[in-house]
Amino acid sequence: MSSPEIGAGAAPVVQKEHPIEYRRVYVWELPVRFYHWINAVALVMLCVTGYLIGAPIRAFYAAEAWQQYWFGWIRFLHFVSAFVYVFNFLARLYWGFVGNKYAKWNNFFPLTRRQRDEIVDVIKTDVLQTRMHGTISTGHNALAALIYFFTFLVFCFQTITGFALYSSMSNSWLPRMFVWIVPLMGGEFAVRFWHHLFLWFFVCFTIVHVYLAFYHDYIEGRGTISSIVGGWKFEREKE
Amino acid sequence: MGQSIWQTMEKKGYSRREFLQLCTAAAAAAGLGKSGVAQVASAFQTREKPAVVWMHFQECTCCSESFIRASHPIVADALLDVLSLNYTETLMAASGFQAEKSLSDTIRDNKGKYIVLVEGAVPTKDDGVYCMIGGRTAQSILQTVAADAAAIVAWGSCAANGCVQAARPNPTGATPIHKLVNKPVINVPGCPPIADVMMAVVTHLLVLGKLPALDSLGRPKEFYGRRVHDTCYRRPNYDAGLFVESWDDENARKGYCLYKMGCRGPVTYNACSVVRWNEGTSYPIQSGHGCIGCSEDGFWDNGPFYQHLPSFPGFGIESTADTVGTIVGVATLAGVAAHAVVTNVRKHQVIAEVRAEERKES
Repeated sequence: MSSPEIGAGAAPVVQKEHPIEYRRVYVWELPVRFYHWINAVALVMLCVTGYLIGAPIRAFYAAEAWQQYWFGWIRFLHFVSAFVYVFNFLARLYWGFVGNKYAKWNNFFPLTRRQRDEIVDVIKTDVLQTRMHGTISTGHNALAALIYFFTFLVFCFQTITGFALYSSMSNSWLPRMFVWIVPLMGGEFAVRFWHHLFLWFFVCFTIVHVYLAFYHDYIEGRGTISSIVGGWKFEREKE
Repeated sequence: MGQSIWQTMEKKGYSRREFLQLCTAAAAAAGLGKSGVAQVASAFQTREKPAVVWMHFQECTCCSESFIRASHPIVADALLDVLSLNYTETLMAASGFQAEKSLSDTIRDNKGKYIVLVEGAVPTKDDGVYCMIGGRTAQSILQTVAADAAAIVAWGSCAANGCVQAARPNPTGATPIHKLVNKPVINVPGCPPIADVMMAVVTHLLVLGKLPALDSLGRPKEFYGRRVHDTCYRRPNYDAGLFVESWDDENARKGYCLYKMGCRGPVTYNACSVVRWNEGTSYPIQSGHGCIGCSEDGFWDNGPFYQHLPSFPGFGIESTADTVGTIVGVATLAGVAAHAVVTNVRKHQVIAEVRAEERKES
């Protein structure tokens, strides 16, 4: 009954006349993988601490103020994670110009006909699932890449509003660069509201992103999940 | 006219000692300290005291009320006494044509030398008909008064950022002063501003004859440079994560941080927690009520006052960003779950296809 070769690229297992052959492609280079995991950890930290800053839980009410500093630590972690996340993101932007073709900046903009066709294809195959077999792209598919681009915009928004909020507690030049955002958005109260609201974008993004990573592995069977650890994906050889 | 503060005081029977006491208090209020006393004394003796006009537009006079309750009575009395407060609707004895004449005379005789203190916003909608004094709109009065002023001070949130008149939907088009005149304006926001802060700003203008250091929003840095939160005596409770959960709980009695009760201290720039009110007696947080952020632009629209996050527009009064976010998050999970079901159906078809292919090949 068991058929280990089903779906995925385990071609060598069974001797066949026309075995399905897969080629190993090095898609995610080491800096991209580092970026992904540092970003993942930083974002989870930012979301958890950010939520707590907005809605602190009832903890340690038995102790007096001089005995603890937990809310201070939560905020400290938020700020540290924010700095890690910003510089990590800047490094990724740099890699968008020097990395391999799967990391290149032009992946993230549907400038070509091919990318736009792929978006339609991905919507039919993977989102609506009205088509059984669509084309399978090796790096980011065009729709995913476009959504990452929007995500980058939210990154920027959170960075700017975050630094703007932080600027009132800091004298260093990086946050001070964003002081002018506060009056522009109508005061710190408004900035805090928007900064907090977009926390939920990241929550939803994480749900969808993790699900889709598993989905692609599940239905395509070519190592999507493991690719972000080892960097390799498997591409079906053209017959 | 043309007298110095000392000359006026001497005439009224103040002693030299009293004059120097005033100078000391004024130096302190202007942030000069002990070494500045001589500078103040010399300025008050030699410089002609400036004429002052105090305009009232769309406001509630709480700024005036605050001003006359400054905790240094000698400064307050002296300033009101010795200033050439030539025009102010609330305090002046003259009325009608005499009052209007006083205003126009002051402007004519002190071109480029008089100080304008403005209380209230100016309505701009419908040709400014919503605030008329002596048959003229507030806007046209402001333009006349501001044209030759040496300095303009916008008292309170109305004049500095519109306050309640400018709250949505702002039916009268209430506009803060700095948007209507093309001169530097000292914004002293607050509803009302702290009496001692007002006093200090006026003293600074009198003593040094120039504007105090202002931030990007035109507020004196000295008093609006830090948040209420930064100097709040309850701040240690914030850092320790000790919060009041409801108005009558044990934590409220212990004086824990009011952050979760919607305190706006962390987003409000003012000197309340340092200078305090009513001769340094207390300030809202010390009295057990959160800060409502009355010196911040648009604070009326950032409600409810007792919620940490503002209500989300279009989703009912009590909904915050977190409620909306949770709903969207759950909806996303549901969508993903539905997608997963469809994926499994499809995967069964894929497996069937592969098996069929195998059977064909073998």
